[in-house]
Amino acid sequence: MSDHIIQIRDVYKSFKHVEALNGVTLDVARGEVVFIFGPSGSGKSTLLRCINRLETVDRGEIIVDGIRVTDRDVDLDSLRAEVGMVFQLFNLFPHLTALQNIILAQEKVRKRSREEAAEIAAKLLQRVGLPEKANAYPAQLSGGQKQRIAIARALAMNPKIMLFDEPTSALDPEMIKEVLDVMLDLAREGMTMVVVSHEMGFARAAADRMVFLEGGMKLEEGTPEEIFGAPKEERTRKFLSHVL
Amino acid sequence: MPDPEQSSAGGRRREPGIVPWTTRLARLPWWALVLLLLGVLLVYAIISSPNYTDAFLFIVPGLWVTISVSIIAFLISLVIGLIFGLGRISSNPIFYNIATFYVEVVRGIPMIVIIIYVAYVLVPLVISATNSLGEAFLGVPFLANLGRTMVAVRITQVSMLARAIAGLAFGYGAYEAEIFRAGIQSIEKGQMEAARSLGMNYFQAMRFVILPQAIRVILPPLGNDLIAMVKDSSLISVLAVRDLTQLGKLNRSRTFRTFETWNTVTYLYLSMTLLGSLGVKWLERKFGHGER
Repeated sequence: MSDHIIQIRDVYKSFKHVEALNGVTLDVARGEVVFIFGPSGSGKSTLLRCINRLETVDRGEIIVDGIRVTDRDVDLDSLRAEVGMVFQLFNLFPHLTALQNIILAQEKVRKRSREEAAEIAAKLLQRVGLPEKANAYPAQLSGGQKQRIAIARALAMNPKIMLFDEPTSALDPEMIKEVLDVMLDLAREGMTMVVVSHEMGFARAAADRMVFLEGGMKLEEGTPEEIFGAPKEERTRKFLSHVL
Repeated sequence: MPDPEQSSAGGRRREPGIVPWTTRLARLPWWALVLLLLGVLLVYAIISSPNYTDAFLFIVPGLWVTISVSIIAFLISLVIGLIFGLGRISSNPIFYNIATFYVEVVRGIPMIVIIIYVAYVLVPLVISATNSLGEAFLGVPFLANLGRTMVAVRITQVSMLARAIAGLAFGYGAYEAEIFRAGIQSIEKGQMEAARSLGMNYFQAMRFVILPQAIRVILPPLGNDLIAMVKDSSLISVLAVRDLTQLGKLNRSRTFRTFETWNTVTYLYLSMTLLGSLGVKWLERKFGHGER
């Protein structure tokens, strides 16, 4: 078996009038942190959402942990339990407390007892630095706190992979760091991560590989040293000069 | 998210300084006072006037028929509504089209016609279908007993009361379906995505994430429909079911006391619907404030 936990092969995807992905191929190794960046509309989020099939692809194949995600009759629910996803707008369940948000899927999907799930949730709240917010509802939390709870909720499933879809784009500047710190810890612990973001500081500190997407195509990839030091493509250089 | 404190202020306005007594007088809910007065007058009439007492005692058993028919039919319409409401947002084309066909057709027919149609067309159709199916079962060894029972079912065994309930539930199911659909669609798409990303299946996501949030949007209009159901249940008098309206008709032809009869019937309906609206207002206050 290949040691690539995610294999994306020549994937195409178009929405009504937009071609979001135009033949993207990308492999992610176990424990690797891959950072995807590019201008808006370049297909970064779409690519990420194809990995756990929140979007279906038109052509090509995606294999995650040995399972062909692009097959019609794949068992999506058990695959998705292994792939944590963190959203730009957090998507916490507003009718549940922070603790209940983290417990719900553990009970319903992992079939853990309430006590076990609560214990795991409490540990994760500790880990993201919010033990005192266990009984707070999402509406009582700041954006940064919501996103840290959302990360804890995903981690509670013991995923093999974590996908981050612009996790800090909806946050005030002073809250970005608290979320990035949690992500950095996760990267250090060896979690396989695919991160779509504009946070170049995070890429420099934690990414093993950076991938530049534009127009639904992989324009360039390389280590942070290569990308920041000497990007091969003029387009990458230009994009970086705008965001750095 | 709208600020709950702001929106909950509702009708109460804080008055700066002193309000002239004429303004205060003009702001009293006169309509409610008049209504209350009329109600008290009618209660007095029922107690003191023999004609009213007679009408009231004859008609009041219909109250329980009206209430029980409304509640049972409403509960069934909720089940129909939830199933077909999910159908209306389903990506499965068969389920979607069946649900949409039902909703569009039923909403285009007057309730009284639906009640008559169900009672005299659909119910007999179902019975004869049951008979035919039962005949087919007779030849199958382990289904023969069930088959015999199904063949023996007769249309006369289905009471008009049962047909009335079926008709109301069938008619209201379409409206409830639209309420469920709108309520579910009012929840952000990200909620379903987050639930599914955690590995929950569609029904778990609906049951534990979407519906608990949608219910606060759904409850007030459902309450309004229960009140509407109480009013529309008067239509089952066309099937000679002895509800409030039917007993009113019978009392009038029995005594020729038109005023007494219809004043009493009107009073009883209004007592139920006005109390119901108070209940709905309470629901709206309790659930109307955006996020917790």
